[in-house]
Amino acid sequence: MSKFSTSFVRVSLVSLIAILAACTGPAPESDGGSRVHDPYENTNRSIHNFNRGVDKALFRPAAKGYVTVVPRPMVNSFNMFAENLSLPGQAVDYLLQGKPKEMGTTLFRFVVNSTVGFAGLADPASDFEIPRADTDFGETLHVWGVAEGPYLELPLYGPSTARDAVGVVVNLFTNPVDFAPTRPINNLGLYAEVVRRLGDRGLYSDTVDSILYGSSDSYAQLRLIYLQNRRFELAGDDEDAYLGLYTDPYADPGSTAVTDPYEDPYAE
Amino acid sequence: MPSKLFSRRSFVSTVCVGLTALALPLPALALTEARAASLVNEVVNEINRVIASGKSESAMIRDFEKLFVRYGDVPIMARYALGPDARTASPAQLRSFTQAFQGYISRKYGKRFREFIGGEVTVKTARKIKAGYEVKTSVKLQGQAPFDVTFLVSDKSGKDKFFNMFIEGVNLLLTERTEIGSMLDRRKGDLNALIRDLASAG
Repeated sequence: MSKFSTSFVRVSLVSLIAILAACTGPAPESDGGSRVHDPYENTNRSIHNFNRGVDKALFRPAAKGYVTVVPRPMVNSFNMFAENLSLPGQAVDYLLQGKPKEMGTTLFRFVVNSTVGFAGLADPASDFEIPRADTDFGETLHVWGVAEGPYLELPLYGPSTARDAVGVVVNLFTNPVDFAPTRPINNLGLYAEVVRRLGDRGLYSDTVDSILYGSSDSYAQLRLIYLQNRRFELAGDDEDAYLGLYTDPYADPGSTAVTDPYEDPYAE
Repeated sequence: MPSKLFSRRSFVSTVCVGLTALALPLPALALTEARAASLVNEVVNEINRVIASGKSESAMIRDFEKLFVRYGDVPIMARYALGPDARTASPAQLRSFTQAFQGYISRKYGKRFREFIGGEVTVKTARKIKAGYEVKTSVKLQGQAPFDVTFLVSDKSGKDKFFNMFIEGVNLLLTERTEIGSMLDRRKGDLNALIRDLASAG
């Protein structure tokens, strides 16, 4: 419990800083679901090349080995374990977003999977149809009205935005079981997350490879896919936001990308 | 590592299902919400039939290409994917680009058919939108949490055909437009070179 309360204090402090940091810049969500705001493109591209190098030399082979050696059910279990460890932090985020119901189901899911689910290695909560949690501090900032900010590709982490990058850092600290810079042995959540990513990289290897190595501009592909998917997640089931989604390629299929209303998915 | 976006909801693995499913043929019924929804089921069944046929990969890809042409509005998709260059292209260039695009898409996504084995598509809603009809579905692939796939259908070509799809918010036609744009840039805007290379890409 005391861990929780320190987390809350940390959250409020860090989030203040976060807001200040992320407040600048346009709000691409209101411009449309595929608008790209990337003033740091040169830097981002360098980091992208670095990430691609790391992936090619280390992460991809490690991930392929991991999913080859470790049976699929165990990979799934480790993924569940990592997801379970992230639940208390996600519950905090739901609370900060003013969503007590989601917070409740997230905590309930954590309790069920931590006990009946063998410390989170299994997922009985899904069998009981307890909804999955899927949020983070980046979403909390979004709910609070913080603009998305410029697109960023983070070293070793991948695609993000200014707002989501703040969220990533804050989430390192808000999860009670996650991150302890001074006591590396306690970084269980972080290690679990790395293992989970390894599993995902291995399981979705063909898809990731086709983007990172099959595209003629992997940076641009990854950026577009990340931004659209992230905005879709954040828009949720907002029907009105969805309505403006599809303009008509039949109207003028040769229009430029900039003025094409097709670029405007979740706006209006 | 750059796999963050595949973590939570593994939408991208469906890209495979993706453009393959864009193509559906239809009889001469007026396009309605119900019709649009049944089209999605039709195309999913057709794709599953091809997968279940047990043919070689190259034979399957040929079958996927036939489905793509029959059910998808390939000319409008190709034109959109080419972007502003479609305006300055000659009719002959546009024809051969469309042909090359069709093969490229069929190979690129057809190769990934294995990820769709045992996949289930459930239609959630269908409704009218400006450009035609939107059909929202939930797709369940083996060993993955379900994710949202949205199909767009229109009869503006004269037949009821698919013209785009979104996987967890990712617009596949726009993704291809970006890719084709990059390929064109890399060839210094030489459309003929692009058409030549696209014929074997994917």
